[in-house]
Amino acid sequence: MSEDNQGILWEVFLQPKPGRPFKHVGSLHAYDKKMAMTAARDLYTRRGEGKGIWLVRAEDIVSSELEDGEAFYDPSNDKIYRHPTFYNLPDGVKHI
Amino acid sequence: MEDQKKLAEFQEKIDADIKIEPRDWMPEKYRQNLIRQISQHAHSEIIGMQPEKNWLTRAPSIRAKKILMAKIQDEAGHGLYLYCAAETLGVKREQVLNLLHEGKAKYSSVFNYPTISWADMGAIGWLVDGAAIVNQVSLQGTSYGPYSRAMVKICMEESFHQRQGYEIVVTLAKGTPEQKQMAQDALNRWWWPSVMMFGPHDAESAHSNQSLKWKIKRESNDELRQRFIDKTIHQGEILGLTFPDPDLKWNESTGHYDYGEIDWDEFWNVVKGNGPGNKQRLKHHIEAHENGKWVREAAIAYADKLNSKTKTA
Repeated sequence: MSEDNQGILWEVFLQPKPGRPFKHVGSLHAYDKKMAMTAARDLYTRRGEGKGIWLVRAEDIVSSELEDGEAFYDPSNDKIYRHPTFYNLPDGVKHI
Repeated sequence: MEDQKKLAEFQEKIDADIKIEPRDWMPEKYRQNLIRQISQHAHSEIIGMQPEKNWLTRAPSIRAKKILMAKIQDEAGHGLYLYCAAETLGVKREQVLNLLHEGKAKYSSVFNYPTISWADMGAIGWLVDGAAIVNQVSLQGTSYGPYSRAMVKICMEESFHQRQGYEIVVTLAKGTPEQKQMAQDALNRWWWPSVMMFGPHDAESAHSNQSLKWKIKRESNDELRQRFIDKTIHQGEILGLTFPDPDLKWNESTGHYDYGEIDWDEFWNVVKGNGPGNKQRLKHHIEAHENGKWVREAAIAYADKLNSKTKTA
């Protein structure tokens, strides 16, 4: 008999209210999409935490590398003109 | 040495209260310590369903039955959040379950005591969940991100558990003399096991120092135990119930309750597997797991069939 199989690992994202972004809330094991969806409902929305659920296979998630974190984000560090506070405005100007 | 440098950086992060995430570097002992603690915590949630299911079919009203069912369902959920947190450390669900079934992994000893009356459902919610909440609130600040996040979610859900238990005790304590006696009897039997849930005294605790240094645990066993005792005594006294500890006394100078000697022989005896329910709890879990095997196999076969269909389409 092969090793006991507990299914695929899925990551669960919930949308707390319509129009809001989906947020990661945890993970679960299930063998197929439908079962994963039912389990996600039972596990993560017992108290109205969300009305929208996204499920992603954990193995399909692409993640940034931690080791080269600094260098990876470097291109944006010297572009302070991307922030509104960079700009000089005359005193008293409104609605801008 | 590379490892020494990494270890120093790791400790700096811990000291600065920066959470450790699954793919961050961590000492092997930190990883193993967490796997042990989180899986033990998960097993406790799952095994903890058994003493409660004992009263599910005999709950005194539909209201009580629905509440108990919801609580047991929450415990299952808590177990699953915690198993998932343990898995982020590189251990597989199957391994963790095998260790439990082989008797190599522990769960909270308190669940080895029998639930012999309906009042025990009250005492478990009030005292056992009450003690668990004190521990879990503290663990929200644990240094490992996934464990901390699971704790936050669990604490939000647990508060109803303690209130539902206390409500059962209140109802009995305000009932007939016989009902009040039921509540008192449950308190007598569950008080010391609940006090023991925090584990050995700090001086005798095997994993405590390292765990505190790495902020796996944020407060010591004795600190947490004292907090639980301090907040619980009033909740019993207001109902006219007494605690089975003649040495229990408010200490004006410390601002805490003094309490009597804990029977550590009993504690270790139950930890080592000789409590009233150890064998039955484990046997039941193994049977439930084995009886569910055909469901897992059917689900795998169904998933395979779905996959082959999408490939040919």
